[in-house]
Amino acid sequence: MTTVAPLVEVDGLVKHFPGDRGPWPLARRRRPVRAVDGVSLRIAAGRTLGLVGESGCGKSTVGRSILRLIEPDAGRVVLDGVDVLACRPRELRGLRRRMQIVFQDPYGSLNPRMTVRQALREPLVIHHLARGSEIDRRIAGLLEEVGLDPAFADSYPHELSGGQRQRVGIARALSVEPSFLVLDEPVSALDVSVQAQVLNLLSELQQRRKLTYLFIAHDLAVVRHSADEVAVMYLGKIVEQGPAETLYRAPRHPYTASLLSAVPVPDPRASRQRIVLQGDVPSPANPPPGCPFHPRCPHPRKNDRCRTEPPPLRAVGPDQLAACHFAEEPM
Amino acid sequence: MNVRAWLALLGAVAVALAAVGEARRLAARGSRGRRFFRHGTASGGLFVLAFFTTVAAAAPLVAPYPPSSMPEIVALQNAPPSLAHPLGTDVYSRDVWSRLVYGARVSLGIGALAMLVAVTLGAAAGAVAGYARRWVDPVLMRLVDVGLSMPRIFVLLMVVALWERLPVSALVLVIGLTGWFGTSRLVRAEVLSLREREFVAAARALGARPARIILRHVLPNVAAPLIVSAALGIGSVMLLEASLSFLGIGVPSPVPSWGNMIADGKDHLATAPWTSLFPGLAIAIVVMALNAVGDALRDALDPGQETA
Amino acid sequence: MTEPLLRVRDLKTYFVTERGGGTARAVDGVSFDVYPGETLGIVGESGCGKTVTSLSILRLIPEPPGHILSGSLIEFEGRNLLTLRPPELRAIRGNEVAMIFQEPMTSLNPVFTVGDQIAEAAIVHQRLPRKQARARAIEMLRLVGIPDPEERVDHYPHQLSGGMSQRVMIAMALVCHPKLLIADEPTTALDVTIQAQILELLDRLQAELGMAVLLITHDLGIVAGTSDRVVVMYAGQVVETAATPELFAHPLHPYTEGLMAAVPRIDTRVSQVRGRLHTIPGQVPAASGWPAGCRFHPRCPYAWDRCTAEEPPLLDAGRGEPGSHAVRCWLLTEPRRRTPQA
Repeated sequence: MTTVAPLVEVDGLVKHFPGDRGPWPLARRRRPVRAVDGVSLRIAAGRTLGLVGESGCGKSTVGRSILRLIEPDAGRVVLDGVDVLACRPRELRGLRRRMQIVFQDPYGSLNPRMTVRQALREPLVIHHLARGSEIDRRIAGLLEEVGLDPAFADSYPHELSGGQRQRVGIARALSVEPSFLVLDEPVSALDVSVQAQVLNLLSELQQRRKLTYLFIAHDLAVVRHSADEVAVMYLGKIVEQGPAETLYRAPRHPYTASLLSAVPVPDPRASRQRIVLQGDVPSPANPPPGCPFHPRCPHPRKNDRCRTEPPPLRAVGPDQLAACHFAEEPM
Repeated sequence: MNVRAWLALLGAVAVALAAVGEARRLAARGSRGRRFFRHGTASGGLFVLAFFTTVAAAAPLVAPYPPSSMPEIVALQNAPPSLAHPLGTDVYSRDVWSRLVYGARVSLGIGALAMLVAVTLGAAAGAVAGYARRWVDPVLMRLVDVGLSMPRIFVLLMVVALWERLPVSALVLVIGLTGWFGTSRLVRAEVLSLREREFVAAARALGARPARIILRHVLPNVAAPLIVSAALGIGSVMLLEASLSFLGIGVPSPVPSWGNMIADGKDHLATAPWTSLFPGLAIAIVVMALNAVGDALRDALDPGQETA
Repeated sequence: MTEPLLRVRDLKTYFVTERGGGTARAVDGVSFDVYPGETLGIVGESGCGKTVTSLSILRLIPEPPGHILSGSLIEFEGRNLLTLRPPELRAIRGNEVAMIFQEPMTSLNPVFTVGDQIAEAAIVHQRLPRKQARARAIEMLRLVGIPDPEERVDHYPHQLSGGMSQRVMIAMALVCHPKLLIADEPTTALDVTIQAQILELLDRLQAELGMAVLLITHDLGIVAGTSDRVVVMYAGQVVETAATPELFAHPLHPYTEGLMAAVPRIDTRVSQVRGRLHTIPGQVPAASGWPAGCRFHPRCPYAWDRCTAEEPPLLDAGRGEPGSHAVRCWLLTEPRRRTPQA
């Protein structure tokens, strides 16, 4: 995989949200929230990178910063040789044809006052991709491609089910023929039976259109099904990264291991050793010193070094990276 | 009052009833329309508005006399209601009903137009403040705070003091210019919450420019609260026009407005109460009707009920 | 055999819908038992009626638009909850039967301290004086594993994380040592690692306090790990019920079967990953118009003409004790129609 030139390269991405001011006019600003704190990623063309973590770990901020829906504070994002963060507004609008996003909430991501046709028409008009009757043909084609009857074109979002709305969201993202898609929790809000339909659709589309995915999710099982490579985030940093197979079979970071063991398995006979983490995720405004995971870490070798010295993300196996001082030692 | 005027009045009632009936028929098709008419007072309010609009539009047909004609300045002064003058006459022997009919044009017109000015300004300022934020938002909002804290009557009095005879169009403009502050706050709050919605992020991701996002994605979703506040606002503008005219700085006599009709009758309240009573009633009824329709619209346009 | 703690028979909860004045038959003839000390899981997708079922038990359905049809029976220790007068019902709510909800953050009142809210049930039901109630609240916080309970008791809800709030909700529910705890999606709003904490906590508390738990969830994984028996709901009805190991080893209803196959799993072998997931075609139907015949037939791969015409009753699968595994499917009468799927 390393031989293929990456389509998307992210280097040292940083995004700190300024802290709120308190309720008083002269109060000092609270500490900034370090949502993303130095994240680097590479995604090869046609592949899927799964970005996993719990709420507040910064995974969505990474996705939106890559597309510049949020302006990152530092770092470099390169899409197929183009420096995304250096683009001026005009160039950026052109670049948006190449990178798109599918959102989690199929209720919030469609304008409630626009029909499906109007929603799909908009990108075609913005980028002058079609005109006249060609527009309607393209819309019908898009709807068919995502498995919807073209008769849905004149429906309003509230007339559609969650799964149908999510298909419309996917069709909208595809309308500009992008090569790179950020999938921001695309199936988390859907029922199990519909979730499987949408996951299958996404993998079909990937094959047919040679798409590259950044698949953001909190659900390790969903990512396992879809991703070639997986990165695990905790408090704004990547703590482990590697080929999906290896990472799921032999996680090297204790956080990945606990995350994996916490996923409920639909099999009552499964006798798994559960690692139940103690405590809550610390606030990203006030991360612990040293290894950010040390207050909850179940690793038997945890010691003073973890409390003071932040572990770097380093190679711990073929193509596998982990940010733990004791990644090589058994849990 | 002649046969033609009675027939025209009946005609106006018939037109208003037909309009309400047609509206109910159209409304029964959609869930929004059904929610609108579920309000018990919505039909009544709509009828009142349709009636006065028809009357105002067809004023020359409905009014038995020209509004400013003074047929018998002595003999017919302050005559009580009779068959010839159903709402009586005023101190100059002018027919109160005729003046009420023509006054509807002025009062409703000022209310609607001034509100249109206010809503347009308020929506634009609110949308820009809410969407742009950075320095634009605080500047606009401080301006709005200043506007909201100044007594409106005082500002209007000052304008009138500078302008000797205020044309009606200028009055509309001034009322509109001083009435958009509340609306802009409402719109800004809506825009602030809308801009965080994912469909706005999706539009940005698709490469839409800010103007397109505001016009196509943000403002249509603000339309519902805006329409409601406009409906309720027309009533308050009419009341304002009435108080200005009563103070003698609104619509100048002899052009009849419901406000200056009340003012004209104020010295004869004990002997000829009808001269002030009927325009006062007309204002009260129209404002109540606007409130009823506004409340019904609020329920009908609430997108929260859309998905239910 | 022991007497059930809770008996639900032919529960029908309907709602008047706004559009066209129709009726949504959200829960349409649901029956099940909960025995003392056990965990019964109710699984289903959104709109299947599982939450309405749980709310109906304590008569928490807003009336109107909802109403529980006469002929329904909800019997708790021999008392029909549907015919109790409001004061008698209040004596049971929060005392003998307690409930926790999906959104811990919005289920707590933001203007009262955690301690006040936990103590309230003890004051109302057990008439404890304030001071003792406060001591009780601290004891409950310790029980649900909140560190520094003496300090936390005076905190307000906004000072708590999601996981902590759910622990507080559990503490509130358990103050009066209920015999039955109804947990409606208790971990859906929480992260995986926090979910694991809460499930472990519920497990421990159930063993310590000996209560029965009715666990409502959409997640088959949670059911597999916690429940003794499972009820699968679809379109307002129970479509399958069995002991947990039996259900997962031999799912007989095509919906149960499809649901299990559709879940992306973390424990499958690598070779099974990256393929197509099994899907159930179509959408979950709306409660205002369930399909005629078997309600699952439009999405069922085995359906034949009988399924479209005639609604199947719950049939005994004939496995284990009579009635222990029941399935609402005509396939049980014609098993050879269950052909392997492409």
